[in-house]
Amino acid sequence: MINTLRKSIRQYKKMSFTSPVLVAIEVLIEMLIPYLVGILIDKGIMKGNMGYINKWGLILFIITLLSLATGAAASFVSAHAAAGFAANLRKDMFYHIQDFSFENIDKFSSASLVTRLTTDVTNVQNAYQMLIRIAVRAPLMLIFSVIMSFVISPRLALIFVILGPILIIGLFLIIKSAYPYFPRIFKGYDNLNQVVRENVRGIREVKTYVQEESQIEKAEESTGFIYRLFSTAQKIMSLNVPLLTFILDLSMLLISWFGAKEIVGGSLQTGQLVSMFSYSNSVLFSLNILAMIATQLVISNASGKRIADVLTEEPAIENPRKPLKEVTNGEIVFDHVNFKYEPGEKHLALDDINLRIRPGETIGIIGETGSSKSTLVSMIPRLYDATSGAVRVGGHNVKSYDLKTLRDNVAMVLQNNVLFSGTVKENLKWGNEDASDEQVIAAAKVAHADGFIREMPDGYDTMVEQGGNNVSGGQKQRITIARALLKNPKILILDDSTSAVDTNTEREIRLALRDDMPETTKIIISQRIVSIKDADRIIVMNHGKIEDIGTHDELMKKNELYRSIATYQDDQGK
Amino acid sequence: MDQTKQGQIKGNRRQNLGRLLKVVYRTSPSMLIISMISIIVSAGASVYGSLFIERLIDQYIAPLTRQSNPNFAPLLEAVLFMGGIFAIGVLAGYLFNVLMAILAQKVQFNIRNQMFTHMESLPISYFDQNNYGDIMSRYTNDIDTLMQMVSQSIPQFVNSGLSLLFVVVAMFSLSWQLTLFSFLVFGLSIGIVKFLTKKSSFYFKVQQEKLGQINGYDEEMLNGLKVIKVFSHEPQSKAGFDGFNEQLRQASGKANTYATILFPIMGNMGNLLYVLIAFLGGAVAINGWAPLTLGAIASFLQLSKSFSMPIAQISQQLNSIVLALAGAGRIFELLDQPSEVDNGDVIISKDEKVKGQWYWNVPEKDGQIKKVPIKGHIIFDHVNFSYVPDHPILHDININAKPGMKVALVGETGAGKTTISNMLNRFYEIDSGTITYDGIPISQIRKNDLRHSLSIVLQETHLFTGTVMDNIRFGKPDASDDEVYQAARLAHADEFIHELDHGYETVIDGDGSDLSQGQKQLLSIARAMIADEPVMILDEATSSIDTRTEKMVQAGMDNLLAGRTSFVIAHRLSTIVNSDLILVLDHGRIIERGNQQELLAQKGYYYELYTGKREIQ
Repeated sequence: MINTLRKSIRQYKKMSFTSPVLVAIEVLIEMLIPYLVGILIDKGIMKGNMGYINKWGLILFIITLLSLATGAAASFVSAHAAAGFAANLRKDMFYHIQDFSFENIDKFSSASLVTRLTTDVTNVQNAYQMLIRIAVRAPLMLIFSVIMSFVISPRLALIFVILGPILIIGLFLIIKSAYPYFPRIFKGYDNLNQVVRENVRGIREVKTYVQEESQIEKAEESTGFIYRLFSTAQKIMSLNVPLLTFILDLSMLLISWFGAKEIVGGSLQTGQLVSMFSYSNSVLFSLNILAMIATQLVISNASGKRIADVLTEEPAIENPRKPLKEVTNGEIVFDHVNFKYEPGEKHLALDDINLRIRPGETIGIIGETGSSKSTLVSMIPRLYDATSGAVRVGGHNVKSYDLKTLRDNVAMVLQNNVLFSGTVKENLKWGNEDASDEQVIAAAKVAHADGFIREMPDGYDTMVEQGGNNVSGGQKQRITIARALLKNPKILILDDSTSAVDTNTEREIRLALRDDMPETTKIIISQRIVSIKDADRIIVMNHGKIEDIGTHDELMKKNELYRSIATYQDDQGK
Repeated sequence: MDQTKQGQIKGNRRQNLGRLLKVVYRTSPSMLIISMISIIVSAGASVYGSLFIERLIDQYIAPLTRQSNPNFAPLLEAVLFMGGIFAIGVLAGYLFNVLMAILAQKVQFNIRNQMFTHMESLPISYFDQNNYGDIMSRYTNDIDTLMQMVSQSIPQFVNSGLSLLFVVVAMFSLSWQLTLFSFLVFGLSIGIVKFLTKKSSFYFKVQQEKLGQINGYDEEMLNGLKVIKVFSHEPQSKAGFDGFNEQLRQASGKANTYATILFPIMGNMGNLLYVLIAFLGGAVAINGWAPLTLGAIASFLQLSKSFSMPIAQISQQLNSIVLALAGAGRIFELLDQPSEVDNGDVIISKDEKVKGQWYWNVPEKDGQIKKVPIKGHIIFDHVNFSYVPDHPILHDININAKPGMKVALVGETGAGKTTISNMLNRFYEIDSGTITYDGIPISQIRKNDLRHSLSIVLQETHLFTGTVMDNIRFGKPDASDDEVYQAARLAHADEFIHELDHGYETVIDGDGSDLSQGQKQLLSIARAMIADEPVMILDEATSSIDTRTEKMVQAGMDNLLAGRTSFVIAHRLSTIVNSDLILVLDHGRIIERGNQQELLAQKGYYYELYTGKREIQ
């Protein structure tokens, strides 16, 4: 994991190294100050030597300013290095996700990717900043303080040698006994979230069935669980502060007692005793900070892992070495194509598909939910790669094309289509950035979108809200069709893309497509027989297999499934 | 931001703080009081410890060095006494830490429960007007910052404040001259802290904003990732991301710089003070400008160290308190939402022994209660409604749904179909007119009873965590297993449930994301089936169900509707052709009414829909 994340430091390496160096200088000076003050007291004040006081006072003043400068610089450098590292992480992840194939996308939910891009990166950023600043500072402070106290009085320094480990063991025990509660507490949080989410979304159900009380009970179960575990964990964690104070106080008392004896014995001076008190603070505080860092790192470790998971995910589909940059025609061939979504799966999503579609042909596809209609057409723009067998477009295997070339020539209107925030025109231009206004309008006309777009408040410049919430289902479908047409593709695939459009308009769109793009191969998936009835050939899909191919009339005669769908829909009056 | 607005925010903040403290106090007055006393004791003990150094040097060590035969007994006594004080301090420290932590947990437990209970009582309009992520974050982010504030910020704030106070007093007792000098440095420190916290909180706000922007961008781009791939739009998507990312990086770098730079600056201000005092104190003592002992200087030095830290801590805590108060404001906002009003007193009861038998409980003069069977006769009489005043949604709606009748509502999205059903179960209150149920105005019926006797199958089915069994039982919590099986069979849901991994015991999570829309619909029909209510509202199936499943859903619905008064909201005409009454709605008005044949004969709006000249969106 660390090796994966480390690659994203890049241009911030220099800053990341500068920070510990600056911190080291700061700590070194900071540690010298009590020592020098001790000297100032013993040799200056005690002896009444004003000249000495002036000299050392000035030196002290200057190095304190130096310590301030290095400390401030370390903060600046570490904060910027961490922020930069985080930006690189986000960028690497986002770029990498853009290279995901559909197979990769299916694996991560978009909500979880968003969390990884934000919360998890922030956690890692905080940990990193800590790592290059405080995590350097605390051990250095510890080491310097111990050395300095040994320099002053090896015997008094022994107090730290004894008390230090006691503190560490105590802190360790506290963390160790409290830590196991946290994963369970987070589970409790997930649970509570779930209950709240269900109730916010399903409030109509709750109220209709008057289930408020049972839901409140459910929520109180969750909050109670969190309360019990969290309180227990907190009780343990609360030992932290008193333990630290206890050890600090104890060391102060011990230093007082033994220090006094040494002074009386003549082996220690008063100023040195004062320094010792300072160092005892530093030693014990830095131990405490180390313990805190350890816990923090454990927490951010999980986030780091989740980021590394994304970064190490291999894109399932990549561009070939010497890609073909042109699709000559809209011929499509499926040659013994098998496909399954996951390698271990027994069930084949596509089972031995053999098919030849001529350029300019119009193909209808019908079948039940789960019969792999969408899967079949996804193979053409190489959204998924066949598990075995070959898919050829324009006489070449789809794997030999440049991905952009292939997808520009195979325009697919997805079933769950989305518009992006921006104007209608900007959305349409996704199909072709360089399209002129005339071209945009022409495409909109073919898709029968021109009329309602013009009626919108700002026409083609009307803003589409995120998710396209301000256009109706049928309008959205027509915009997405127009968007695909702007690619001027060799192959056009409509995956149930007119389900919300009324039948008359749909027929007109179909006719326009036929007249305007005679050379384009058109594949139409639909639930409605009327939408595909006029196609040159209709494919009936059933459980991943092509059950039958033929014209409407042929299928009405020979195919049971097709006939039953047609009769049922006819009965329903539509 | 203009001044009045700023004043208002500050006023709200103060109000929220007062209210929050009241909540904390009420949760457990004894815990809070004991904690506060403990904090005072603990802060006192630590300052007393710093002062001990003076006594140690001046009163014990200095005399001892002059004695030829040093007597350590008084020193031992002093050290032990100090040990006693420290022990009390440690104990007090433990006490307030543990008490405040538990108190914080109690507060969060209570507030969460209060919030949830209150949320369940809120009218539907609240849920329509608030984005659900926003409601959710009150239970998580807002409460978390609140808890942080109670368990950490408040005690630390009090602790630091007290320490500062004690330190100042102690310093004065040692040397007022040096103290006044310290104040100079102290003033400078406060200035610096103020500047830095102001800067850092400004940039943190910017950072949050940028984080929100990049979050929104990610959300949109990742949701549309498949479309991006189909259009080879990756370069544009990446370029857009880079812009947001760079802005976030800059804001984040600045925010964190200002936040962390506080510590080296305050720490070194402490050091600076330390050096200056050693220097100045030495000069004062040697030149005899003021009576100052060596021990006093040493103690003063120790105190000066614990002088600057509380200032930095206080400003840090102030920041997080402000943050928590914003959260508290959002929590209180939810708690202050008015609950649904229920002033109905007509009671409905159900005969558990006889299937489908519901009664009006009519009180007789002699105190007996007469049970009159419910017939299910619903009348809308000149009903008008608006969500927002002056923007009427329903105009003069008149419907007479006789017992057992199937009434269909047809029209475009926004025509008011669902609104009519919302009127019936009082999710919203009508502006004028009356709705009666067997002749009784629905406003006089107890709300829970009214809803108990109406069933809704919604367009979008929501399932709850639990087994399939639990979810069907949602309609009737005390139903036996056999009743559940029977309902599922009638709803035609039995078949697919058996195909699930664990049948009826299959656990559903994430709103049933593993089930298809059609399967969820069947479960919700089973749910309504088991609830067995006299009046049904069906907000009908989506268009994405395939023909075979639709056939099944249809069969399930037909079973459900038999013998009940029903309102069917239709998106596909196929489901309503056999309705007793079809109402065509347009912009909140009923523009055509009649049965299928009558409407087709009119050659109006319905005819156009039927022949495909018009689309329903």
